[in-house]
Amino acid sequence: MSARPTPRRRRLAAALATLPVLVAASGCGGDQGAGDAQVIDYWLWDSSQQPGYEQCAQAFEAENPGLDVRITQSGWDDYWSRLTAGFIADQAPDVFTNHLTKYPQFVDLQVLLPLDELEATADLDPADYQPGLAELWQGQDGHQYGSPKDWDTVGLFYDRAVLEEAGLSPDDLADLEWNPRDGGTFEQVIAHLSVDANGVRGDEPGFDKENVEVFGLGASGSGGDNFGQTQWSPFTGSLPTWTATETNPWGSEFNFDDPAFQETLEWYYGLAEKGYMPRYDTFGPSSDSYQQFAAGRAALALNGSWMISSFASVEGVELGVAPTPIGPSGQRASMYNGLADSVTRFADDPEAAARWVEFLGGTTCQDIIGESGVVFPATPSGTEKSIQARSEAGIDVSAFTDHIEDETTFLFPVTEHGADITALLQPAMDAVYIGSEPASSLTEVNEQVNRLFDYG
Amino acid sequence: MAISQPVQRPSGPVTAPAPPRGRRRKDDTALALLFIAPAFLGFAVFLAWPTLRGIWLSFTEFNLLTPARFVGADNYLRMVQDPVFWNAMVVTLQYVVINIGLQTVLALLIAVLMQRLTQSSLVRGLVLTPYLVSNVVAALVFFWILDTQLGVGNQIIAGLGLERIPFLADEAWVIPTIAVINVWRHVGYTALLIFAGLQAIPPTMYEAAKVDGASEIKMFFRITLPLLRPIMALVLIMTIIGSFQVFDTVAVTTQGGPVNASRVLQYYIYDMAFGRFQFGYASALSVGLLVVLMVVTVIQYRLTRAGSSDLA
Repeated sequence: MSARPTPRRRRLAAALATLPVLVAASGCGGDQGAGDAQVIDYWLWDSSQQPGYEQCAQAFEAENPGLDVRITQSGWDDYWSRLTAGFIADQAPDVFTNHLTKYPQFVDLQVLLPLDELEATADLDPADYQPGLAELWQGQDGHQYGSPKDWDTVGLFYDRAVLEEAGLSPDDLADLEWNPRDGGTFEQVIAHLSVDANGVRGDEPGFDKENVEVFGLGASGSGGDNFGQTQWSPFTGSLPTWTATETNPWGSEFNFDDPAFQETLEWYYGLAEKGYMPRYDTFGPSSDSYQQFAAGRAALALNGSWMISSFASVEGVELGVAPTPIGPSGQRASMYNGLADSVTRFADDPEAAARWVEFLGGTTCQDIIGESGVVFPATPSGTEKSIQARSEAGIDVSAFTDHIEDETTFLFPVTEHGADITALLQPAMDAVYIGSEPASSLTEVNEQVNRLFDYG
Repeated sequence: MAISQPVQRPSGPVTAPAPPRGRRRKDDTALALLFIAPAFLGFAVFLAWPTLRGIWLSFTEFNLLTPARFVGADNYLRMVQDPVFWNAMVVTLQYVVINIGLQTVLALLIAVLMQRLTQSSLVRGLVLTPYLVSNVVAALVFFWILDTQLGVGNQIIAGLGLERIPFLADEAWVIPTIAVINVWRHVGYTALLIFAGLQAIPPTMYEAAKVDGASEIKMFFRITLPLLRPIMALVLIMTIIGSFQVFDTVAVTTQGGPVNASRVLQYYIYDMAFGRFQFGYASALSVGLLVVLMVVTVIQYRLTRAGSSDLA
């Protein structure tokens, strides 16, 4: 994942991932004494991207004798706690992969160095990257705190065989439409793809919604911790006017009290009541749409482009990806998120660290990452390489890339108080998903969120 | 440091009366201090100082990386008005009641059975085995056993033709489930503590009772339970304090959810500090927990007269 597996679901993976990390870290410790080269510590959380960045590090070291890049990977949850601990104990890496939900807080904590004040990254040009990516990493103070490395959008993963069995073809998924009243053709399709224990489909009489074998649409929790990125954001994003904040980045006024938003959430979580999507407690908090898909319990999985290789590796699946459905606005929508590399104020040699950051965002490394076919690199040429790599592997990724070409993306909401907002939204949206609170309860939560900004 | 003061005090009364026949009694103070020093140092560095600093931080706004700012009682005012804090208090109390209630009854039962029924050290050892498993591992294992779809536990339930139970994903089930997981892990240890207390009851009492024709049940209520009181008081104080501090099981399985159903106080404090960087407010919450624990302990101590024994 280039990004955003939600914390709770990744916790187990993170716990398990610690083992190899410890081994790797101790291994690295041994290597350290080998030369007098200056070591640049680089951290990332996605193990599937590590091989690509190892290649980049080799290329960088060849160009920069005397500099050694040491890469440390840890699972999502551990990653952020280790980073926090590192900042406190003065043991933080020189450079690390940063996330939009986290970086405003790091700016507040004064642990990031402005890239525009470091020689190698001073002339970072937003035009070198896919539109909008570099701007996301500009702080309110006008400084650049991250150098774009990749981007992602979301799409609907499916298994061709499952579609065929249901009498559908990939074309049937190409132009789905949804609306918050009856769910449109999108709801018809997921109803048809839902199958109960007796083999009755969701759109047939006698469908037992309490005993569903295959859900039409997988679920990854309530989405309260990531603005519904892989849950409801394609739907709320394709409402005629709704946006999460009044402006983005650096909004300070949230719109979770908008009736259209609440109506959409009511409809989305309501799919679980109809048996077309798992209920909150069907799989428990450990499961996401990828796991449900892999276990054959979900026909469609709304998930991010960083998961393509994971989905492609599910055995016995002929993978296809459909674009998100067209909404009341007349257009599709996908959240558009991007990661970046940041230099910490704990860097032994900030200028050397900046050179590594420049290299990570430069053509050589971006193309290497593109060819590895795991994520979409931030530069257009890297993106192109990535598309090629996937199409050689037989995967059509246009469902993700069309959003960029058609400009049907909206940016991940970048605001201050990210952790506090999550602490308010997560339980509130869980409650709506569970059904213990109506969507209108979000009006009060919205006030609480907005109050965070009043007090600064 | 404060060490210089105690040096004076104990030596005062000892040296004041004239030593008999000019032979000076050897002064052990220096040696005593030497022996006390390591423990005192540990106490000062790892307990006293952090506690004092924690109390100071509770009056500040502090994010750990930039200097603390004094805000007076703001954090405490916020605490009193914070619905999530009160919810955490209620959730924690629910947990403590279920956890301690179940654990104490079971531990007492096991301890008595160990004493009255078997002398086998194998059985006594087996009772303790869950305690050898780390909290996190125990929580992870139960997390998978109780998983709604994949868990062995739920597959058995489904196999019996019953409806699957979302043990850790349902607001009503989650706290009882976490409490029972921890009972499973701790009951052997608690039983062992009580068992040690049972060993102190003279067997002659039981013999005398038997001669008088008392049944096992009568002996339990008339002899075992009353004479166990001091050790039960100690066990209760220890387990209740431990129970209030429940954290790891929640951190591994539910992270406070669903909604706020398992957001126990300790987890709320942790998330506030290390997730939200509000160390000042988290410190105030910790002081709140400290006060609650002190009150609970004092009440318990009084109620159970833990300091005195009926045996002497």
